[in-house]
Amino acid sequence: MRARLETALLGARPLASALLSPLLASALLAGLLGAAGCQTPRAQNSATAPPVPLPVVPERELRAPDAFAVYSERAERSRALFGEASRVLLHARCVNCHPSGDVPLQRQGLLHDPPVLRGPDDRGVVGMECTSCHQDQNLELARVPGAPNWHLAPLSMAWAGRDARSVCEQIKDPARNGGKSLPQIVDHAQHDALVAWGWGPGSEREPAPGSQAQFGALVAAWVETGAECPAPGSVPTVPLGGVPALQRPRTESP
Amino acid sequence: MSIHITINGKAQQLDVDPEMPLLWLLRDVLGLTGTKYGCGQALCGACTVHLDGQVIRSCCTPARRADGRSLTTIEGLSPDGSHPLQRAWVEQAVPQCGYCQAGQIMTAAALLARRPKPSDAEIDQSLAGNLCRCGTYTRIRAAIRKAAGIDP
Repeated sequence: MRARLETALLGARPLASALLSPLLASALLAGLLGAAGCQTPRAQNSATAPPVPLPVVPERELRAPDAFAVYSERAERSRALFGEASRVLLHARCVNCHPSGDVPLQRQGLLHDPPVLRGPDDRGVVGMECTSCHQDQNLELARVPGAPNWHLAPLSMAWAGRDARSVCEQIKDPARNGGKSLPQIVDHAQHDALVAWGWGPGSEREPAPGSQAQFGALVAAWVETGAECPAPGSVPTVPLGGVPALQRPRTESP
Repeated sequence: MSIHITINGKAQQLDVDPEMPLLWLLRDVLGLTGTKYGCGQALCGACTVHLDGQVIRSCCTPARRADGRSLTTIEGLSPDGSHPLQRAWVEQAVPQCGYCQAGQIMTAAALLARRPKPSDAEIDQSLAGNLCRCGTYTRIRAAIRKAAGIDP
C-alpha cells in the first residue's frame, strides 16, 4: 500500500529533483556568494547591488525592512524585500504544506509519514483527514504538530520546487491566492494562526527564520514599495550556511 | 473541568483533565477497552474512533476537543455486533492476533458511510494509517468489499 502511494507520487512530481534541490541551491549560493563574501546580495535577482552592503544576519534571523533602504530605486527595494521574505516562504516549515503534488511533506522535504493524500478539499481523504491526527496546537507528548485550521494549501498555491518569483506571482494573483487583496495578504502574513505555527513548530523542528512580526513587516514593506517580484530563477538573500529548502532555479514553466 | 460527551449514544459528564487523551478517558476512566493503545503517536491506527462521524486517533486527541460532541467507539458501532463490517469480518475470518482490528473496522465504517461502494484504491488510501503487523490486509479489503456488497 505504502509502496503504491510512493510510486504514484513519483509519477506525479519529480521527487528526486525536489530532494536534490537543496543541495543544488546550496551549491549555487556558495558559488554566487562565495567570491564576494556573504554581504553582497547578488543572488537576490538581476538588480544592481546596493551601494552599501546589506547587514549580515545569522541563518535563523531576518533583516528588518529598514536595511533595504540602501536600495534607492523603489522597485529594486521591493524585489529585495520579497527576496528576504522568501527566506520564510521557501523554508521547509512553510513549503511542506504547500506541496506541488498530492502528498504533504515533513521535516526537510521528506514525504509525510503516515502516507496521506491531499483529498478533494485539501484536508485529506475519509479516514485520513488532516485533523484525524493533527490538533489545534502542537502535541508534544506524541510530537504531532498542530495549529488551528490545519490543512494543505491548494495546488494553485504550490510552492515546493518553485523559486521566489513564482511564489511572488502566485501570492499577488487573486485567482490563486484565495481572492485576497494585497492588504489582506499583509494581514494574513502578520496574524494568521496557521502561518504563526512556522515559528513555533514544536518538538525538534527548525522554525522559520526570524519571527512572524518581522516577516509581517517585510511583507508590508514589500507591498508599500509596489509589490514587485524578483527576477526568474532568483534565490533568496541567504547568508552563507543558509539552506533555502526546496529552492532551485526555474528551468521550465510550472 | 467538566466535559460533556455523548459516548456511544449516552450523554456523559466527565470530570477529567481536559488535556487527557481520549484513549485514556475511554479505557481507564470508562472501561471501554475495545479501543487499543498501539503507538501513542497517531502512527498505527489502533486507537481509531469516530468524533461526530470523523475518524480520529484517540491517543492524540485531548478530551477537550470532544466537549459537546458525539464519540463512537467499536463498542457503539452496533448494539449487537451486527454492523455489516462486523459480520463480514467474522465471515472472512479477517483477524489474526486481532489487536488492530477495532481500529481497522472503525476506519472502514467511516469510509463506507461516505463511500458506500469504494474502489480498492479508495480502501487503500483510507486505511493507509491502520497498520496490521499480522499482514491481514488482503482479508481486510475483502471484508470491506463484502460489507459494501461489491462482487469479489
